[in-house]
Amino acid sequence: MKQLLILSGKGGTGKTTMATAFIKLSSATAYADCDVDAPNLHLLMHQSAKAIESDYFGMPKAEINSQICVQCDLCRENCRFDAINFDDGYHVDPFVCEGCGVCEELCPVGAVSLKPEKAGDLMLYKEDVVFSRAQLKMGSGTSGMLVTEVKKSMKSAAEDAEFAIIDGSPGIGCPVIASLSGVDMVLIVAEPSISGIRDMERIIETARKFQARIAVCTNKFDTNIEIAESIEAFCKKNNLPFVGRVPFDLEAVEAINKGNSIIDSDSTSGFATRVVYKRTMELLSK
Amino acid sequence: MEGTKIKIAVLSGKGGTGKTLVAVNLAAIAKNSVYIDCDVEEPNGHLFFKPEQLKRHDISVKIPVVDEKLCTGCRSCVAFCKFNALAYINHKLMVFDEICHSCGGCSLFCPEKALSEREKVIGVVQNGKSEDVRVISGIMNVGETSGVPIIKEILKYANEYQDITVIDCPPGSACTVMESIKDADYCILVAEPTLFGVHNLNMVHDLVTLFNKPYGVVLNKCVQSENPAETYCTEKNINVLGKILFDNELGTINSNGLIAIRQSDKYFDVFNQLLHKVSEEVQHETVVNP
Repeated sequence: MKQLLILSGKGGTGKTTMATAFIKLSSATAYADCDVDAPNLHLLMHQSAKAIESDYFGMPKAEINSQICVQCDLCRENCRFDAINFDDGYHVDPFVCEGCGVCEELCPVGAVSLKPEKAGDLMLYKEDVVFSRAQLKMGSGTSGMLVTEVKKSMKSAAEDAEFAIIDGSPGIGCPVIASLSGVDMVLIVAEPSISGIRDMERIIETARKFQARIAVCTNKFDTNIEIAESIEAFCKKNNLPFVGRVPFDLEAVEAINKGNSIIDSDSTSGFATRVVYKRTMELLSK
Repeated sequence: MEGTKIKIAVLSGKGGTGKTLVAVNLAAIAKNSVYIDCDVEEPNGHLFFKPEQLKRHDISVKIPVVDEKLCTGCRSCVAFCKFNALAYINHKLMVFDEICHSCGGCSLFCPEKALSEREKVIGVVQNGKSEDVRVISGIMNVGETSGVPIIKEILKYANEYQDITVIDCPPGSACTVMESIKDADYCILVAEPTLFGVHNLNMVHDLVTLFNKPYGVVLNKCVQSENPAETYCTEKNINVLGKILFDNELGTINSNGLIAIRQSDKYFDVFNQLLHKVSEEVQHETVVNP
């Protein structure tokens, strides 16, 4: 299975808009949304069947049994995450606990135990096409592990699919690194602003660290043509294939609000996206 | 606002909605303010403020190191580590820095005292001034997985300075965002007028409700057509603090890395009003829920 991952370093640049268009244009039979924190792809890729849902367990969380606790304070003193508080007794803050188990190991009376905790939901749609996504529980960590699960369930449900599109997560941290592993190529969507260039540089650096092949396109390029041109110059200088520019287009916003893809109508952004798609696929097949 | 010390967190379910625009301009318009950029993966606030008199210091975490002469290969550290950051391969203990959570358990429980800890730099804190705004940014090194230790460190600055602190949160609603809003007195949720915008607003709305924080919404990039985010606010009875219209002038100022209130009288008024609105809300909160 060839996998194309769409990344941007930041949210709001048009990753999901691009992913939706790519899925439709390629008639991909497998795709995944790796933004487990704020997933949006399902809003545009309508599924008629119900998802097969499964619970995702992240790291377990410590629990202190106050009946047994002798208040020796060893757990609180040694918790590197400041997850243990003392008021009327010892309590673990589940939002801060990373489940490392130091407290459990140290407790002289066995009052602390690690309990599994649900950290999110995995959703798999499996009809003619396979669509895998997830939703991390509010305030949970371990999003990288959940991203790995999303990709895993897509792969195992769509073993025969030749091609898959993955909508990436924002940032450069753990979930992005998890989404990068094993993909054949990364398409970076960059925005022409001072912030956008900085974000792009950081995501390119991250992708390179994990030896991913990279292509770059710009979205809303005409909102600042000067910066858009310097993005292209940057790509040229760094030997990164530049695959096209998509203009800002109010029709695109309207299409998305109706739950459509920008390629569903004859818009300027839709046309430009087709060009980006064609060039990206050519590179990917090389 | 003289003498009042408030912490305002600016968040949105997603990047690109205008968090940094709102946070930067609010901090710039308030006098004697502190701006803290908690989006340590992609910090952009400093690109606008271009702070001067920069001071930088490294942020590090503790990573285990093994003294091979003392290690007997008992593997108790490997068995203990919940993150699989240690492995004993070919009669040698290996440490995988990237996945280590620095809990300290392995060195604490090594029966031979063969493990100790070293400092590993994961990012930098940058502290500078832009006019009368103190600008603090945390910048995570590329290739690192978690910025939480950096966020913890930079939030300490919120207690060191006077008057208003504006916290520019990371996107989403995961652990890093929680860390950023934990001590905030008020939360501003920024929302885009799209289907995505509503979905993401819904998530941060749940988050601030869960943490019992007073909050209000700023609707950004508003256009003539229907605004799903505004409809959501009306339906849920959410306080809308202000509306920023989609505007090419603002887009240009912003994409060129300039601060709107310092460039345009119009935006000076827009954010001045927003600041007043937020201050009123915070004061109201302290009266109702002291």
